[in-house]
Amino acid sequence: MVTGAMPPTSAQPPSEGTCDAMTTTAVPSKIRVEKVSFAYSNAEALRAVSLDVYPHEVTVLFGPARSGKTTLLRLLNRLTDLLEGTRRSGHIYLDGQDIFAPDVDVAELRRRVGMVFAMPIPLPMSIRANLTYGLQLKGIRDRALLEARVESALRAAALWDEVKDRLEDPASSLSGGQQQRLCLARILALEPEVILLDNPTSGLDPISTSKVEASLHELRQRYTIIAVPHSVQQAARIADRAAFMLGGEIIEVGTAREIFTRPRDPRTRDYVEGRFG
Amino acid sequence: MSREMKQKLAFALLTAAAVVVVVPVLLVAGYIIWRGAGAISLEFLLSAPRHGLREGGIFPAAIGTVILTLGTAIVALPLGVGAAIYLSEYARDDLLTRLIRMAIINLAGIPSVVYGLFGLGLFVLFLRCGTSILAGSLTLGLLTLPVVISTAEEAIRAVPQSFRVVSVSLGGTKWQTIRHLVLPNALPGIITGVILGLERAAGETAPILFTVAAVYLPRLPRSIFDQTMALPYHLFVISTQVPGMPMTLQFGTALVLLAFVLSLNAAATIIRSHFRRRRSW
Repeated sequence: MVTGAMPPTSAQPPSEGTCDAMTTTAVPSKIRVEKVSFAYSNAEALRAVSLDVYPHEVTVLFGPARSGKTTLLRLLNRLTDLLEGTRRSGHIYLDGQDIFAPDVDVAELRRRVGMVFAMPIPLPMSIRANLTYGLQLKGIRDRALLEARVESALRAAALWDEVKDRLEDPASSLSGGQQQRLCLARILALEPEVILLDNPTSGLDPISTSKVEASLHELRQRYTIIAVPHSVQQAARIADRAAFMLGGEIIEVGTAREIFTRPRDPRTRDYVEGRFG
Repeated sequence: MSREMKQKLAFALLTAAAVVVVVPVLLVAGYIIWRGAGAISLEFLLSAPRHGLREGGIFPAAIGTVILTLGTAIVALPLGVGAAIYLSEYARDDLLTRLIRMAIINLAGIPSVVYGLFGLGLFVLFLRCGTSILAGSLTLGLLTLPVVISTAEEAIRAVPQSFRVVSVSLGGTKWQTIRHLVLPNALPGIITGVILGLERAAGETAPILFTVAAVYLPRLPRSIFDQTMALPYHLFVISTQVPGMPMTLQFGTALVLLAFVLSLNAAATIIRSHFRRRRSW
């Protein structure tokens, strides 16, 4: 949405930063959201939302409360299926395949597109069992493989050194920050392609928060990440690409640099500059 | 009366009401132990009744009650837990569900003697099970179902919804989630409910009267198509049908039945508290 009252920013040459370099149109999108509208049984949540998510980037969905961010996130691996009385239109493609097509294996979709929830919810079992749970449901029984996945997932989530000697302890004995990293590790153990993060640092102290944020930068080497951040500041810190959402619509999408330094839509600008929210 | 006096009076009355509940339990248990303890001996527990039930022990009746309790569990556990899983995890709030729930509530309200007659009609006569352990177990199983269903459903619902969402988000199907996450965590509650149901079944007389119980059958049953003696019915018979019955044998029988039922209760309590301590949610 281009408005007449734009500041003359177009004079700046496109930056050569890492973020902008990835926006070349030659890269096919990992996920394409096409005119998706969604309503819960009692409220409309998304209105004709379209979005392209590119591989090996951190895409953030940000905006005020109730703008539809979490709903969009949950649609991407069909967790919205768990609710009754919802209405949906539009399409979502993962690697070009419609995820709502009748022949899609939803369990497999959720292994490919993993979700980390806002509140860390360790399953009531040991740390190790939390990590092997999804793998065992997939049918993996090979102990050596399970062990290897446990270790690599915990290392990738920067938790291995803290828990390697207590893998049989109940997961609930971990601190809040450790639990959140455990939930991330639990997804990583499934070796997903896309990771959805719904406010992954809510309730975490600043040190844990920076650990999670730092791990995101490493994770995007291997995964496509879509995150709903805790704040605009966090959005700016972690994003390669950002979509500003308001009232169930995507107002503006662009590279992080565009969105956070020279947003085109006045509503984006107001929100980024902290005038409302 | 001052406000403070009223306060004290109310407190005293409410305390009394609570204490009064305990008194009959203690009186019944105490009286039965007092009158019946003298009858308890290895011979009483391990031998069959003799001389028109007036002498000897209760061995076949005690074993019969244990067998019937197990039979009841075999009938009520899968049916009850299955129904509870359906109601809590799958059922939508529609007419069928409401009908099922109404049926369960009514099942719980049916007098036990009606279960007995129903068992006679359906299992013994119509399905040709005969007067047998099979027919008795099925009848007692039906009687136990409402307790098993409602406690199991409660235990299943008590497993937090967020666990189910996590399981599904890790690629679990609905059934995998129930099987690997919900049921293991609901199991202590389910077991407690089943035991409480069995406790009631173990002490019932009317439902087994027409379906399985034998007045005098000194040998142990050989198959599920045999009749068997059972403690509650044996107690009924020796208390009302046998002239000149020694009282100590009656109280001894009552004591064994009471001990069996109370030990089931204790088992349920121990299981519940054990798992509640280990539970991490």
